[in-house]
Amino acid sequence: MTASPTTPPIPTAPDLNLTERKAKPTWGRMGTYAAGIVISLWILIPLFFFFSMAFTTQETVRSYPKNFLPFIPFSTSTMEFFLRSDGVGEGLINSVIVAVLTLILSTLLATPAGYAVSRYLFPGRDLFRLGILAVRAFPIVVLSIPLAVLFLRYNLFDSLLSLALMHTALAMPTSVLIIASVFASVPYELEEAGQVFGATPLQSFRHIVVPLVLPGIAASSVFTFVLSWNEVFAASILTLENRTLPALLLNQLSESSDAYQFAGGFFLMVPSIIFMFFIRKHLFNMWGQVSK
Amino acid sequence: MAEIVIENVSKVFGDTVAVRNATLTVRDKEFLVLLGPSGCGKTTLLRAIAGLGMADAGKISIDGRDVTYLPPAERNLSMVFQSYAIFPHMTVRENIGFGLQMAKTDKAEIKRRVDESAELLHIGDLLERRPSDMSGGQRQRVAVARALTMQAEVLLMDEPLSNLDALLRLEMRAELKRLLAEVNATTIYVTHDQIEALSMGDRIAVMRNGVIQQLDEPQEVYSRPSNQFVGSFIGNPPMNFIDATLALRGEDLVVKFADSHVSAPPEMRQALNTYVDRPIRIGIRAENMQTLTEPAAGAIPVTVSVVEPLGSQNLLTIAMGEQLLKVSTHPTFSPQPGSDIWLQFPAEELRWIDPETEQVLYPGAASSATGG
Repeated sequence: MTASPTTPPIPTAPDLNLTERKAKPTWGRMGTYAAGIVISLWILIPLFFFFSMAFTTQETVRSYPKNFLPFIPFSTSTMEFFLRSDGVGEGLINSVIVAVLTLILSTLLATPAGYAVSRYLFPGRDLFRLGILAVRAFPIVVLSIPLAVLFLRYNLFDSLLSLALMHTALAMPTSVLIIASVFASVPYELEEAGQVFGATPLQSFRHIVVPLVLPGIAASSVFTFVLSWNEVFAASILTLENRTLPALLLNQLSESSDAYQFAGGFFLMVPSIIFMFFIRKHLFNMWGQVSK
Repeated sequence: MAEIVIENVSKVFGDTVAVRNATLTVRDKEFLVLLGPSGCGKTTLLRAIAGLGMADAGKISIDGRDVTYLPPAERNLSMVFQSYAIFPHMTVRENIGFGLQMAKTDKAEIKRRVDESAELLHIGDLLERRPSDMSGGQRQRVAVARALTMQAEVLLMDEPLSNLDALLRLEMRAELKRLLAEVNATTIYVTHDQIEALSMGDRIAVMRNGVIQQLDEPQEVYSRPSNQFVGSFIGNPPMNFIDATLALRGEDLVVKFADSHVSAPPEMRQALNTYVDRPIRIGIRAENMQTLTEPAAGAIPVTVSVVEPLGSQNLLTIAMGEQLLKVSTHPTFSPQPGSDIWLQFPAEELRWIDPETEQVLYPGAASSATGG
């Protein structure tokens, strides 16, 4: 540098070493991964335990200490024992019937409601939406009590239909919100384009909107199915002879054997797990990530 | 015959009047452009013609048929939407054929027409693809193909080029103009881009705040704007506006700029009579002024402020007294910033504007704001 003594030194760029940067993970990222692994294990290990106990012999279930390795021996005898137990078969059928009824009723009611809320500005619309959100703020158990009282007062108990109505009432708020957002994601301009090109509003709805919202509505109805399937509180109160499976299991909790409980618990879990696998993509979309 | 007659159409949203008493007639097979800034009501008017967002008052007739309150499906028209509105769950072929399918056209005919439209728009190889796999430019072609397949007598286009990048827009503009000349439908084209309007329209309706300011051929709208807004909106760079005063100098009517004055042409004498000794505003376009390096009779001394070389021309920012003007010159004329030059204003290029009403004054009868 041929600078005179009074001029400041010429600055040079810092050595960033860009090629090496990418390979080194930061401590923050490693911490996130570690936390993710711990939380996943915390949830998965009990599930795994359940799974292995449900598919082994009853002696193994009763034995102590437990073998660390799973499925030794692998046996379906526990499951068979559970499924053949008194009331389980009927309970299963009842659960399915109630869940299907709930699914149909709530989808039939929530779809037009969701469409109206997303497309039309009607007086009271904001109040309606706020009301739906407010209902969701309360735990389902809390909502079940006054509803159950109402049902009992009108002699609507111990029938599968009344339980389905109850479940529909509980599931509707979430369904309407999900379906409204699904409809909102279909730009109204698409319906308008359909109309310009010769479709009546109904045809436009059928050919353009329905195919686009079907996945979202399907996700919402599966959610409703699982909600009804797992619902135990109202089912216990409202049914006596026609018990659903969760109500049955809850009732026999103090008397049933461990094996019975493991098998029952696993059986109750299965629909939820399957459901989760199918709607993972939709959950990501609702969260904000767009995945193909 | 697909003449569109719009009579006193108004549309109100709450407290805002989006379109106010719009009256115009689109001739059969004419290409009419609705031009204006955002919020001027051009899209609202187009949608009223389409049947989406129907008029609150007035009458719209297509081919003699009153369609004001008919649903869009019964109006027998086609539309290209600004965001294309392509159906995401259908293939390109199904998209293009949608209108014909709704009309229950026979399958072989649908296939033939879809193939034909796809060829016209050069998307023949995209027919089995889905919209999510395509670029914006390709989707735009699908939207146009879908509209053309209907072979409707009326074609509406809502800013179809505005979502394309600049180069693509330039190409598509020319291609669209050529294509639509062949198609020969009565077309209404909405845009905020005055270059598109000038290049494509048979006539332009300039709108502002819901009111049609001027309806004329492009050259007329450019060189004889009806008011200051039209003059400033059309043309790049916009028209210059200079505030001055009008005075009587013997027999001559002259406009005074700083220390200089320019004579008004004789045909303007009558129209300008009432403005003597009052403020007047002069409009003149950048390319209509002469630049001189030496003083001459009738030339105004000015100072060069900025010189912007644009390749095909030089855009000079000139200080004349307190006011700034844009003057465009040949690219070889490159004075130094701060130097003095002289401007000559050809009298016939001056536009005379009432500073209060902002209307442009023309000799003889007042120029019509909504020419028919």
